[in-house]
Amino acid sequence: MTTTAERSVIGAALTRVEAVDKVTGAAHYAVEYAAEGVVYAWPVQANIARGAVTSVDAEAVRQSEGVLDILWHDNAPRLGDTGDPTLAVLQDARVHYRGQIIALIVAESSEAAREAAALLPVRYAADEHDSVLTPDHPSLYTPDQVNPSFETDTSVGDADAEFKRSEVQVDETYTTPALHNNPMEPHASTASWDGDSLTVHDSNQGGQPVRQALAKAFDVPADSVRVISSHVGGGFGSKGTPRPGVVLAAMAARVVGRPVRLAFTRQQMFALVGYRTPTVQHLRLGAYRDGRLRSISHDVVEQTSTVKEFAEQTAVISRMMYAGGHRRTTHRLARLDVPIPSWMRAPGECPGSFALESAMDELAVAAGVDPVELRIRNDPDTDPELGVPFSSRHLVECLRQGAERFGWPGRNPSPRQDQRGRWLVGTGVASSTYPVHVAPATARAAVDDDGRYTVAINATDIGTGARTALLQLAAEGLDVSPEQVTIFIGDTRLPQAGLAGGSMGLNSWGWAVTKATQALLTKLGDAGGTVPAGGLEATESTADDVKELEGGFSRHAFGAQFVEAWVDRDTGEVRVPRMVGVFAAGRIVNARTARSQFIGGMTMGMSMALHEEGVMDAAFGDYANHDLATYHIAAHADIGDIDVSWVEENDPHLGHNGTKGIGEIGIVGTAAAVANAVYHATGVRLRDLPLHLEDLLEHGGT
Amino acid sequence: MRSFAYDAPATPQEALQLVNGRADARYLGGGTNLVDLMRLGVERPARLVDVSGVLADSVESTPEGGVRIGAAVRNSELAADSRVRRHYPVLSQGLLAGASGQLRNMATVGGNLLQRTRCLYFQDISKPCNKREPGSGCPARDGINRDLAILGVSEHCIATHPSDMAVALAALNAVVCVMDHDGERRVPLDDFYRLPGDDPSRDTTLASGDLITAVELPAPSALTEHSAYRKARDRASYAFAVGAVAAAVDVQDGQVRDVRIALGAVAHKPWRARVAEEALRGRPATAAEFESAITRELEAAEPTRDNAFKIPLAARLTVAVLSGLAGVEREDER
Repeated sequence: MTTTAERSVIGAALTRVEAVDKVTGAAHYAVEYAAEGVVYAWPVQANIARGAVTSVDAEAVRQSEGVLDILWHDNAPRLGDTGDPTLAVLQDARVHYRGQIIALIVAESSEAAREAAALLPVRYAADEHDSVLTPDHPSLYTPDQVNPSFETDTSVGDADAEFKRSEVQVDETYTTPALHNNPMEPHASTASWDGDSLTVHDSNQGGQPVRQALAKAFDVPADSVRVISSHVGGGFGSKGTPRPGVVLAAMAARVVGRPVRLAFTRQQMFALVGYRTPTVQHLRLGAYRDGRLRSISHDVVEQTSTVKEFAEQTAVISRMMYAGGHRRTTHRLARLDVPIPSWMRAPGECPGSFALESAMDELAVAAGVDPVELRIRNDPDTDPELGVPFSSRHLVECLRQGAERFGWPGRNPSPRQDQRGRWLVGTGVASSTYPVHVAPATARAAVDDDGRYTVAINATDIGTGARTALLQLAAEGLDVSPEQVTIFIGDTRLPQAGLAGGSMGLNSWGWAVTKATQALLTKLGDAGGTVPAGGLEATESTADDVKELEGGFSRHAFGAQFVEAWVDRDTGEVRVPRMVGVFAAGRIVNARTARSQFIGGMTMGMSMALHEEGVMDAAFGDYANHDLATYHIAAHADIGDIDVSWVEENDPHLGHNGTKGIGEIGIVGTAAAVANAVYHATGVRLRDLPLHLEDLLEHGGT
Repeated sequence: MRSFAYDAPATPQEALQLVNGRADARYLGGGTNLVDLMRLGVERPARLVDVSGVLADSVESTPEGGVRIGAAVRNSELAADSRVRRHYPVLSQGLLAGASGQLRNMATVGGNLLQRTRCLYFQDISKPCNKREPGSGCPARDGINRDLAILGVSEHCIATHPSDMAVALAALNAVVCVMDHDGERRVPLDDFYRLPGDDPSRDTTLASGDLITAVELPAPSALTEHSAYRKARDRASYAFAVGAVAAAVDVQDGQVRDVRIALGAVAHKPWRARVAEEALRGRPATAAEFESAITRELEAAEPTRDNAFKIPLAARLTVAVLSGLAGVEREDER
């Protein structure tokens, strides 16, 4: 490993810079910082799904041991408009969903705050609520756009007419359930005021939006708010936008005049940190006899909240994935009395790929074409909807290499042909893709008198290894070994940068780091190659570079996933002993952390296929299985061998370090590959996630 | 702050004294369920009496040739006990099918018997539940009920008992040893648990303050040595059963000489399938006979909207386990 690192910093499997700190406990998370006189806040959640709080009997708990204050809409400080209604907590009496925060207890200990929260008498005027998504819900409407800024509907040619003319047709509806982000570290904050200056240690995927929201909410200048996020225990999208907890911590700290800690419990997270909307997806694929697509339509129904609109871009994947002259995508939203859906790993592509890649498998069966070959036959030369070339597209290479690694060639296409003891065995494939995003960033590189380099940027490492990959890019840019560079991230006092989200962290930050290090080297060269007294520094922004990048190319990462599934003939239980993933995602900066991202994404995708399901309790309006004992995610015992590799890809049109982003593509397509393998094993096509054992028992799948 | 007393008595008698007559006192074993319930607000004891140090934590042979399992024996230790593995394999398998390695290292035998249902409504104090709050109602009947009971249900409660171990013990005719101020009494496992009826708040027939001291297994036999546990669940580990069976069968000359079947995840208690057992004794040991017998047992099932699948699942599990134990082929095997 060392020799590799010495030869080339980029691509080396460098161990995380902070690894020892993390395993020894020296790395501090948001509520682990010492703070003089710190006290604790505990949210009280609504027990109705729609209506209003009519009274809060604060006096009933005010004298409880350790209780300092009780805040609710009557007495909470008025907040400025942050532009995100999610953050307008305790501002009015309305209850928009069960689990909404309707009061806050501040106490000397978290135990005291929690007990007072449990005992606080709250009265409500409850209205009838409607929390269940149905495909023909009366509230369905057409949003102005879908996330982050895509057209809601698109149409090329006449998808319906071409479908009717097609020799081979697939016309099916697929559903995915509500899926809940569950990073190991909950959403957590420690907030303290010094006059009008606010410092928060916060668990987020980007401190800058948190700073801006807090500045607006508390009407203070942005530069008097400091957000520190040195270590973050995962996010999966749920920490991409500021959450109510950080606002409440700052509010409580201001009211009681002491630092305040607030960490959500696992149970609270299911209502308060966002989740992936359930989807109902109608797919129609029309093809020639040889499987070449003539028509693709992808019509999506999903939910949003009454607090604010969140329009998951579920059908967007069908706009660019495969060739075909006629196509249509639509999104319709039902506005329900539900917790506010939000970002979750590969928003859009993840649920959308389940429908599209399942339908492609059904088309392969209907056309009698091998599923790998079908995808190769439908690989477009240019982006089929935008008409521009792909900056690079190596899906076919991923499919071919994956097929080879998996042992796909020679597969018997007929289902239910492989029985081993009491198990039915099958194999499945699906494609993966994720767009390449990049956001402006600023970085500073410096060298001191001793020749020691530092690089500073307000990037956020949410556990991905971003800090280490940035160090590698910095070392590359400076042409020194990583040991000679110290990197500072996770602090809004550092040069500004965007989110650890949308798989764009390294694309964006890395570009700025490279630019700053090169500028520093230029300055050093100008100084004759010797560091002058007092050192040198260079700060560079990519704002103009990012602007110039727009247009001309369709930029995406691609991948292929192969799954072997075993179905128990007695019980319908599904096991997945092995998966193969091959990805073409641009330049890979750190082989170790990249592998972990791909494996993590595939694991989460398999978990989505077999386990994960937020169960809406229609009578009460909440996701009732709100803990990790009842909201199942894959356990270690569910995961077998995961073989991950990547195709070398040198994309000259990305305009930066050649990285495409790897945080999300691993979850895209996995669930379809599992369902396709289960079909191949059993002959039963399941179109609703997760795949329950009873679905196989009741439909002859055992 | 909610405070509670914690006592670590030196003897079982002292433990009985500490709990005596106090409805708000609880015995504490490994705490793997009770502490969770305290965090959820389902349990709010004023006093915890830690009995893990005063109860036997070993497995001893009995004069009758069976074993006496101390109530403080950890689940993982019991599963690994060589006598249990050899003579009562169903128990070892049942234990290892439960929870996770970490939980099994903490959980005690006594505590495992007394763990509460994982019905979502029972665990959420913001919703009604007749078991937690008698008379408040049972939203599960028309609500989320996929994981809940199909046998022995009442209009007041459709909770299931969550333990895997207890299902295995039911098939082994285990006896629960219970101490009160008058001494120790022996309660057959089937009489230890109760059906919900009109008082789902009570899971067992224990009186307030009763202390479980041990579980005894009768001497091993051809039956117990040919026993097995099988569990269907939604993930490979750390998940409660959606269907489970503990079975033991003694086959001689192709005939079922004796058989025991206990079903898990179908009722408020481990469900001894006595109808099926009766139907099988003296019958040929074939998959068809097994299926016919368990089907008769399950005729009593009263499923709710989302759990009717538990009927075929329980039947298939039973046929699979009995067929495996009896060494009989099934028609769908090639």
